[in-house]
Amino acid sequence: MDRFIKNYQTEFRLIVVLTFICIFLTSFTDTFFTLNNFTNLLNNNAVNLIWAFGLLVVLIAGGIDISFAVAASVVQYIAFYVFDFFGGGNWAIGFIVTFSLGTLLGFINAYLIHYFSIISIVVTISTFNIFFGLLMFFTSGRYLYNLPDWWVDRIIIVEREMANGSWAELTFPVLVMFVVMFATYILINKTSTGRQLYAFGDNPEGARRSGINIALMQFIAFGWMGAMAGIAGLMQVNIVKEVVPMALYGRELEVLAAVVLGGARLGGGRGSVLGCFLGVFIVAITQNGLNLMGVTPYAFKMVIGFIILIAISTSNINLNLKGFLFSKNQDI
Amino acid sequence: MSSLIQNIRSRFGNEVLGLLFILILVVLIFSSTNSQFLTLANFNSMSFQLPVLGLLTLAMLAPLLSAGLNLAIIYQANLCGLTLAWVLNMDGGIDASITTFLIGVAASIVVGALTGLVMGVVISYVGAHPILVSLAMMIFLRGLGVFLTSGGDISGFPEYMEPIGHGFLMGIPIPLIIFLLVAYIWNIVLNSTRHGFSIYMLGSNIEATDFAGVHTKRTLTLIYVFSGVICAIAGILMLTRFNSVRVGHGEALLLVTVLACFLGGVDPFGGFGRVVPVVISLIILQMIASGLNLFGASQHLSTAVWGLSLILVMMVRFIIIKYKFFSSDKGG
Repeated sequence: MDRFIKNYQTEFRLIVVLTFICIFLTSFTDTFFTLNNFTNLLNNNAVNLIWAFGLLVVLIAGGIDISFAVAASVVQYIAFYVFDFFGGGNWAIGFIVTFSLGTLLGFINAYLIHYFSIISIVVTISTFNIFFGLLMFFTSGRYLYNLPDWWVDRIIIVEREMANGSWAELTFPVLVMFVVMFATYILINKTSTGRQLYAFGDNPEGARRSGINIALMQFIAFGWMGAMAGIAGLMQVNIVKEVVPMALYGRELEVLAAVVLGGARLGGGRGSVLGCFLGVFIVAITQNGLNLMGVTPYAFKMVIGFIILIAISTSNINLNLKGFLFSKNQDI
Repeated sequence: MSSLIQNIRSRFGNEVLGLLFILILVVLIFSSTNSQFLTLANFNSMSFQLPVLGLLTLAMLAPLLSAGLNLAIIYQANLCGLTLAWVLNMDGGIDASITTFLIGVAASIVVGALTGLVMGVVISYVGAHPILVSLAMMIFLRGLGVFLTSGGDISGFPEYMEPIGHGFLMGIPIPLIIFLLVAYIWNIVLNSTRHGFSIYMLGSNIEATDFAGVHTKRTLTLIYVFSGVICAIAGILMLTRFNSVRVGHGEALLLVTVLACFLGGVDPFGGFGRVVPVVISLIILQMIASGLNLFGASQHLSTAVWGLSLILVMMVRFIIIKYKFFSSDKGG
């Protein structure tokens, strides 16, 4: 436990904050602490979490990606026509196609970043504009409804009937989210490539001189992000049952805020899967809690923005305070 | 001739000549393919469209020079517009007096400066990353605006305000005059004042600047205050242009402003970039949009072309630097 607090300060702080929020909501609403609410939270945030794990890898490698949400939309549209070509397709084809299309879009970013030494924010802002502009131009903003059945059928992984007759259920995207979470954990924590990603993000020049293939690092980070964007696109269609070009536009910045809240550092070299998960969940639970407490939906974003602002402004203060509280754990 | 080039380079920045070349190229391409391009009507419509994007870009410029970013500009501008609208509505909306209008303008500038001040203080005194702080501010301000207006829009303004958005002064559109005036003042502030010099120093190397005796925290805070003030002017202009205020007006311009700055040769790592090249790059972007519009292409195609042109410019710049086509030392 001591070791956990020492090594995962951000995560520890997030758990403390999250516990307080949960205790507060449990005592002030009677609907928060129910299985139903919990499964809904997971179902509704699966897509954001999948993106978040992709973005985490990019942030660890010292980059930033603005284009992923729009890339997911692009993948959705292209995938629709590819499935059509395969005569409808199925889940296996769906995963292979969206995974590869997403990876390809990520590779475009990585290629421009590495071979022309353009900083990642410039590249991804450009590709954001290019992807979105071309998507709107070619589709003319048209919605797609006549999707293959397998794509839009609701698949329930776990379900349980509650006392009041309603069903608490976890849907397929949640399962995919957990698989992605596990895969990301393995990638960044259990492989040497993952450790190299951290090293590269922390000090690119140092990493290069110690023999790390930095081109490979960029391609792995942005390729992973792209693949996650593609899979998130696939899952989002499964949830909303339609393909809308504007649907994902503008969600990238909120995911970015949540991931950075979870301890990933802009500038690279820091971040964990647990923190990423907690960051997204703090935002989600806050919004959920406001909803359950009957606060007007118009105020949601205001409160969330305010909380993130407070969280950033107090992050240093908190650390000092903890240094004071747990001073015996710190070797100053 | 070469001394003239030297003179232009040292006065307006290295990027100016390349950008002028692109500008001429764009004019040539569009004027040779479309007879309507070189008409007064087209130029008038361009000069009415340019100023809003232009002012927002100037608001983005200073944070970029300090190696930061201000993602909240759009909502700062929206909120400032709302402030003016409320002040006018308190005095009867359409019948509001000139004094009320002036009070409203002052109030909205104060709001812009205050929102900037909060960001500046958090960034400089807490040391949080500008992207994160302005992102949180963006989410907060958008939420605040939506909360206060319930997502609706406010319209009905006195008639004497119409010329600000639609009028001419000596044959020149008034919005353009406002924009050029702000750009001129901003140019003087950045190039010929202590504060401007500190901004460049701070963007290059914040620690060295601090040791050199510059009050870096105050300078950094002021950058965001000024950025907020320019947002206020942009917000007022948007109000008169659209004759209404709604939170989310101009949302799509956020990343375009960053794009325009980078196209204008602003260094993403901070410290380098001038006002004049940025203004030229804005004109280029506007010409591309208007030119494509004359062909009947949608706004979305120009978005894609904007993204492509930024990537192209960055590629060309990389190739020039790598193979040393034009050897010249990099001026600030």
